[in-house]
Amino acid sequence: MPTNAETKLMTMHGAIARYVPSGSMILMGAQLEQMIPFAAGHELIRQGRRDLTLVGPVSDMLFDQMIGAGCVSRVMAAWVGNVSAGVGYCFRRAVEQGIPRRIDVVDYSNFTMALALHAAAMGAPFMPTYSALGSDLLKRNGNLREFPSPVNEDKLIAVRALRPDVAILHVQRADSEGNAHIWGSLGVAVDGARAARKVIVVAEEIVEHSVIASDPNRTLVPGFLVAAVVHEPRGAHPSPVQGYYGRDHAFFLEYHDKTRALEDFEGWLARWVLNVSGRLEYMNQVGSSRAESLVVKEHAFSAAADFGY
Amino acid sequence: MSAPVPHEGEVASRGYTLKELMVISAAREINDGELVFVGMRLPMEAFLVARRTHAPRAIGLFENGVMRETPPAVPLHTMGDPSNIHGAIQCGQMLEVMSLLQQGRVDVGLLGTGEVDRFGNLNAMWGHRNNEMRRLPGSGGSCDIVCLARRTVVLVPHDRDRLRERVGHITSPGYGAGNGWRRARGLPVNTGPSVIITDLGVLRFGPDGEAYLAAVHPGVSVEVVLSNTGWTLRVADELVETIPPSKQELAALRQVVP
Repeated sequence: MPTNAETKLMTMHGAIARYVPSGSMILMGAQLEQMIPFAAGHELIRQGRRDLTLVGPVSDMLFDQMIGAGCVSRVMAAWVGNVSAGVGYCFRRAVEQGIPRRIDVVDYSNFTMALALHAAAMGAPFMPTYSALGSDLLKRNGNLREFPSPVNEDKLIAVRALRPDVAILHVQRADSEGNAHIWGSLGVAVDGARAARKVIVVAEEIVEHSVIASDPNRTLVPGFLVAAVVHEPRGAHPSPVQGYYGRDHAFFLEYHDKTRALEDFEGWLARWVLNVSGRLEYMNQVGSSRAESLVVKEHAFSAAADFGY
Repeated sequence: MSAPVPHEGEVASRGYTLKELMVISAAREINDGELVFVGMRLPMEAFLVARRTHAPRAIGLFENGVMRETPPAVPLHTMGDPSNIHGAIQCGQMLEVMSLLQQGRVDVGLLGTGEVDRFGNLNAMWGHRNNEMRRLPGSGGSCDIVCLARRTVVLVPHDRDRLRERVGHITSPGYGAGNGWRRARGLPVNTGPSVIITDLGVLRFGPDGEAYLAAVHPGVSVEVVLSNTGWTLRVADELVETIPPSKQELAALRQVVP
């Protein structure tokens, strides 16, 4: 079937260069602690992006890294830190001391962040909820507004639709058109893909369209929403990808230790992001035995679903 | 100047630490078969202890959309660990677990917090540490859970920095200023914090929404609790001593700590 001549398959460098300019609002970490697009985030840092707005419900250390690298002017999130260790030191330095630069933090709760993306995905101006009534989140987040319910006597919060410029989603497999299968921790990925103006899919594997078409219930991102597809195995390390590799817990703890002091973070950034050309070199630095120890050995395939007719 | 907290070693001679008793006490707040929204770290440990002891049919809901009836095969560092996905009842979207909360179907929320105050309001935004204000990671699901779960169990270490007269930021509204504040804000009926569990004791809430000391842990005096609390803490007429951990509870906890 003829489609436009340009393929959606791109390198990470190419996809970031083309679709994510400085000033973009980017959804990353839609799947919370799984499938965090670290490779994409590191490429954004290497390409010197500035004034980014990062959007995500619970952002594990990727947001912290990008904030520390000076790429970020605003964060819209419910939680920013290092999930298994606690504080994100770069986030804290930026908010408390403006190091390396001041950032604006728009604080949500998980539910209100999910609703903001859901509203955009629905094409609606807002979603109503009872959550956050009475919370001081309302005082500083203008996207959460109390209003009287039009159908009963209740008070409600209107959560304004949030439309990121780009959603970067790491997935297990996709075809060259961007139709993507995702399984594991879904978080806000499904709504996020629809809320964003453009989607970049980063896949562990590129497969034939027939593979994707064999399980349309598992296609959580249809290709017609996708601008670019990047084949980047291990692109989510140190976060896990169900069925492919586990979480490198030690890497998160090491980051926590190595970023408490500013000079140490700068050394970490040079070693793992700036002086590395891409994910291949990064994984070489991780080392083959460490990488191999994370690879899934005991497979657990799902029961087959018969789509015959 | 607060009175000294019993040295951990003194209590450990009994075979457990006060931190372990805190987690076990939280586990005891879950009833069998309940739908429980589980926060990260210590709440997760408490939930897994409950499941392994008196609440084997409690169902765990996690913010990433995971719903579990059985414990994960490998102890969890995060709710996104692949062992938490494997064997789950369902791995849905975040909205699928959040909507259960909003429907009023979630019996218990299990949370940690940066700070909590006299009326059970939680602050996850800015914490006082050594006279400095530190930016904390933020609400996560805390605000949603405290607003919408039928009961919320809060775990927090007991000191004056964390238990304050009034929190500076009401991230997750408890009983506000007491006396009908919650209802006036429009929060659903039959929701709100039920208990604050610390490493010194257990605080419950009176009908006016103010916390009171309901139990002290073994080896801890009431004076120590009061002097480590940032307001004049009311004490229950029928103050009890927390039941020490059973062998089963302790074994369960030590199995689930990553």
